[in-house]
Amino acid sequence: MPPVMGLGCVAVLMGVAVLAVILGRSKAATPLVYGACLVASGLACAAALFQIAVEPWATVLPLGLPWVGAHFRIDALAAFFLIVVNLGGAAASLYSIGYGRHELVPLRVLPFFPAFLAGMNLVVMADDAFTFLLAWEFMSLTSWALVMAHHHDPENRRAGVIYLVMASFGTLLLLLAFGLLAGPDGHYAFASIREGLRSPLIAALVLILALVGTGSKAGLVPLHVWLPLAHPAAPTPVSALMSGVMTKVAIYGFLRIALDLLGPPAWWWSLPVIALGGVSAAMGVLYALMQQDLKRLLAYSTVENIGIIFIGVGLAIAFRANNMGWAAALALTAALLHVLNHMLFKSLLFFGAGAVLSATGLRDIEQLGGLIRRMPATSFTFLVGAAAIAALPPLNGFVSEWLTFQAILLSPQIPQWGLKLIVPAVGALLALSATLAGACFVRAFGIVFLGRPRSPAAEAATEVDRFSLVAMATLAGLCLLTGVLPGLVIDGIAPAVKLLVGEVMPRQLGVAWLSIVPIAESRSSYNGLLVFLFVALSTGIAVLGIHRLASRAVRRSAIWDCGFPITSANTQYSASSFAQPIRRVFGSIVFQARERIDMPPPGDARPARFQVEIKDLIWQFLYAPVGDAVWEAANRLNRLQFLTIRRYLSLVFLALIVLLLVVAIWT
Amino acid sequence: MDVIADLTVQGVQMALVLLLAPLLTGFVRKLKAHLVRRQGPSVFQPYRDLLRLLRKEVVLAENASWLFRVAPYLIFAATWVAAALVPTFATGLVFSWSADLIAIIALLGSARFFLALAGLDVGTSFGGIGSSREMLIGTLAEPAMIMIVFTLALIAGSTQLATMADYMLSPAVGLRVSLGLSLIALIMVAIAENARIPVDNPATHLELTMVHEAMVLEYSGRHLAMIELAAALKLQLYISLIACLFAPWGLARDGGGIAAYAVGIAFFIVKLAVGGLLLALFETAIAKMRVFRVPEFLGAALMLGLLGTLLLFVSKGL
Repeated sequence: MPPVMGLGCVAVLMGVAVLAVILGRSKAATPLVYGACLVASGLACAAALFQIAVEPWATVLPLGLPWVGAHFRIDALAAFFLIVVNLGGAAASLYSIGYGRHELVPLRVLPFFPAFLAGMNLVVMADDAFTFLLAWEFMSLTSWALVMAHHHDPENRRAGVIYLVMASFGTLLLLLAFGLLAGPDGHYAFASIREGLRSPLIAALVLILALVGTGSKAGLVPLHVWLPLAHPAAPTPVSALMSGVMTKVAIYGFLRIALDLLGPPAWWWSLPVIALGGVSAAMGVLYALMQQDLKRLLAYSTVENIGIIFIGVGLAIAFRANNMGWAAALALTAALLHVLNHMLFKSLLFFGAGAVLSATGLRDIEQLGGLIRRMPATSFTFLVGAAAIAALPPLNGFVSEWLTFQAILLSPQIPQWGLKLIVPAVGALLALSATLAGACFVRAFGIVFLGRPRSPAAEAATEVDRFSLVAMATLAGLCLLTGVLPGLVIDGIAPAVKLLVGEVMPRQLGVAWLSIVPIAESRSSYNGLLVFLFVALSTGIAVLGIHRLASRAVRRSAIWDCGFPITSANTQYSASSFAQPIRRVFGSIVFQARERIDMPPPGDARPARFQVEIKDLIWQFLYAPVGDAVWEAANRLNRLQFLTIRRYLSLVFLALIVLLLVVAIWT
Repeated sequence: MDVIADLTVQGVQMALVLLLAPLLTGFVRKLKAHLVRRQGPSVFQPYRDLLRLLRKEVVLAENASWLFRVAPYLIFAATWVAAALVPTFATGLVFSWSADLIAIIALLGSARFFLALAGLDVGTSFGGIGSSREMLIGTLAEPAMIMIVFTLALIAGSTQLATMADYMLSPAVGLRVSLGLSLIALIMVAIAENARIPVDNPATHLELTMVHEAMVLEYSGRHLAMIELAAALKLQLYISLIACLFAPWGLARDGGGIAAYAVGIAFFIVKLAVGGLLLALFETAIAKMRVFRVPEFLGAALMLGLLGTLLLFVSKGL
């Protein structure tokens, strides 16, 4: 399959976007547009699959800057991320064929959806700074338009503003980073950037700019503030794309700049990456545990997973700087595998949330419950996704976390003291976030799908359409497949890893029984297939044995509940009561959570009140002061609007003198 | 032939852990009863309980879903597989390389995941309180456990249990500060994970103090039997884990022959008895904690584990 197909698919997607505007409100537009997106993404994904193991393919189109042109190149790294982008895109398109029918204002979604997909593809394929930034901004703007699709809701408008500010901030930093990379001669093509020589100071500056610039798009703490606002605001398939796919494009950007364009890394580059990764992992999941809104919960959980990926990337930088290529390969493989895994299960979970939303109209988990009986297929696939994201074997989330742990176990060999102290601490944070994710998804699945319905809407829910179910089932199947046969995927990722760190993990497909052995068999090995078969076999033995030996009698009766059942569904454990112990243990510091209980004395008919106050310290101490400062400055500068013409002229004159002085002193 | 022999040993291991687990539970109960001057039921009582539960009909709540009925089998299977992967009497088990210690912990995590979900399924306040507290305990115990694994893996150079046990048998181990820290942390984790005093009380059904029992309140009949058996297996798993890592004496090496295996099994039973005795002594000597003291208890375990790991990052000799 020719590699030019990637660009062809982008062109098709752009065409579809235009077509969507023309088709407008007609009934056929929704299936047609999403169907075309599905085909284009599927083909692009297939093309990328063929491209990953072969020589890079490059071309220059006479677009963009007149003396540069638009460079495009698909190497192994780009191909891997193209697979992630287009697999996610295809799943979201398939899901949308069904889900899109509920859209009240299709014209606000249909044209931007394919354009968004095209933008993400372009970022990954771009091979010069100008095209990259242009595509990056295009991706941001199309997704912003999708976030604002339902702009009548003031919440969504706020989400849109914050998203726009954060996106512009990130692009600005990337612009500066590429400016430094290009140097005074302005070599914008990646090929010439790679050859350029930089002082350590400039390289460090570029790394920080790139980390903050791409981190703001990926959702690293403390730059994550837009995610939990924007993801719930957008239509579900778009939330899935933003969370599962767009954050991965940001990671691609960071990998491309830090490990490819910037040249050999210094060891301390890894410090901010690992530290921010660890903090994001733990903070993200703690935030997620406190949420009532299902989509916002998923958005915060993305922050956690991005943290896990950045831990892997940081370790890879540290190992590579110390010439431990094989260890760097292991860490980077873990990170890339988690990129793929997170795309799979986060899209799946968002689709599930969307199914719940379209069946009940609710996103607030406190009002759901009992959906497992009304939406059996949705709940099963959501359960698979929840188990995968909670890193339970034999599903895929476990494999990438296991590889990350193995990479951490190699780091005592790193000589630098800074890393020796930070890596074990981050290891503890990673372990903590993995188990908190378990609690988070027990809560999410348990409150939404189990128990008794907490509202009439949840009581009346029915299963969603076939397209959505097929999309969810496919992703759930891929989660299992990647978890059971991780060796296959690890070998597939190998060319991309080789490109970035120069070495690869040992080939996994040759290992007996399809195990994965990251370093040596005596050191550690894991076999997803055998664990799966082992568990399946023992379950089978248990079921057979029990059904042979034991009484099969089953009697249905009322809930026992210690002999004192209360029929009201309000007596069930709610989402906030489930999270209360964890909030008490962790939240009193992280969120300054305070509980206030007002319990009237016996005999008093006043209702008892329980109030919880949670503060977002990052917002309070980082963003609010900046916002206030901007507001203050704007207010002061506002006076400039009302000057007389004389004062304007003197202002201009003064400015001119200052500029001339600057020029004079500079030279 | 080798394959068949290997598979037989693995099968013996699976059967052995399954058969001995209720005995261990009965033994601990008997000892505890004796320690407070009671007669106590026979050590075989857990087997009788299980058989009786199996013969009884299942009373299911009207709104119990399929998950409620499937969960006991999954919990049992995950725990059983995890228990079968810990070397009890021999190190060279066939499937030991299919999952290392991290995977074993994750398997127990899966069991916990489904148990907590089952607690929420019927929709009662007791089930919820149990699940919520279980997840709190889990979120603190599991990272502590991972830190312990880190410490041990850094010393032994492997996360494979068989390799770790082999290393612990070799003279290269010596006395280390980090090993001592992780032993204490591991015992604390084991107590918390098995819902023992002072974290939880396996014998009580007092509503506000129970954790594990609250989750399984709605279970009856064969489902309850599965969960009880899984709990017994888990207790045995932790004792055999501690034994395998810190007292690996008597473990049969790869291809040791029937005699070595017999010796290994005898040693294993003695280790279980010692572990059970210590547990009973500890449990009778101590009072149960309030739920919100548990995080401090487990936080200490986490800190000890982290300290052990940090020491090893700083110096190979500590």
